[in-house]
Amino acid sequence: MSSSWRTLDRGILHDIALVCLADAVVGASFGAIAVGGGLPAWVPITLSLLVFAGGSQFAAVGVLLAGGGPLAAVATGLVLNTRLLPLGFAVADVLGGGPWWKKLVGAHLLTDESAAFALQHQDPRRRRAVFWLCGVALFLCWNLAVALGALVGSAIGDTAALGLDAAFPAVLLALLLPLLDRRSTRDAALIGAAAALLATPFLPPGLPVLLALVGLAPAIRRTTATTKEAR
Amino acid sequence: MPLFTVLALAAGTFALRLAGPAFRDRLRLPAHLQELLSVAAPVLLVALLATATLTEGHGFAGWARPAGVLVGGVLAVRRLPFPVVVVAAAATTALLRLCGVA
Repeated sequence: MSSSWRTLDRGILHDIALVCLADAVVGASFGAIAVGGGLPAWVPITLSLLVFAGGSQFAAVGVLLAGGGPLAAVATGLVLNTRLLPLGFAVADVLGGGPWWKKLVGAHLLTDESAAFALQHQDPRRRRAVFWLCGVALFLCWNLAVALGALVGSAIGDTAALGLDAAFPAVLLALLLPLLDRRSTRDAALIGAAAALLATPFLPPGLPVLLALVGLAPAIRRTTATTKEAR
Repeated sequence: MPLFTVLALAAGTFALRLAGPAFRDRLRLPAHLQELLSVAAPVLLVALLATATLTEGHGFAGWARPAGVLVGGVLAVRRLPFPVVVVAAAATTALLRLCGVA
């Protein structure tokens, strides 16, 4: 593998470093918010090591901090991570071949970022090198940042007085904006959010967020309609 | 949170990650399923955003928190750096609470 590292130019290294830095800031906020909200520090730290998918970590902790049960937290996190399924198929060639343990480690390093970097390249060797470099660098930065954030979070006293409960939705909003550039996605998200808000007074915490998946109904009808037409 | 929650989420997530590399020769995802999965994530996150901003338990969270999130949102739309967005949101909420706004 050492020869394939040399195929990486400085532009890619620079880009990967920037992404690591940005994710480290998000990770530190995740650690601080989770601990500031009342969870013990081992929760955000083990979540980061074992789940290693920022969006679902935020979602699971958000559901728990809102008083939701463990099942709702796991379900929300897993639905969010379903996008890893098509991503895994997209980069399957990167992880193909080689010993089985390498496939297992590589799969754990699959993230939006490592997949996006790898898919920018056509040459299989380059692709593999970029995927592994980005994956390992992100894993290290993300977990260090989360642990650091958790330490800082446990030093914070009155989280409500500091407005930390507003920090969590603000993080979500900043992360979400790029995902909402398509009108159909925005519409589905608005329907889902309205359903979740309307259900909040009546359902146990955690479930209203899952109910938001009704926002997908128009998208399901649309795609089945186009599939029929194609036939 | 029990360790079970962390382990269940971790195991499920790993299975989703490994499915592609493990089954790529035998399985192909239908295009409309891929499309649906790509919309599911923002839908859930926006719902989480809405409920985390506006609700506390079964009721309204008060005005201070949504006001802070709104300030963060405006800064995010204007493409200010991520830390600025988050700190501004928290600071706005904290200031409003200091002034007696719940």
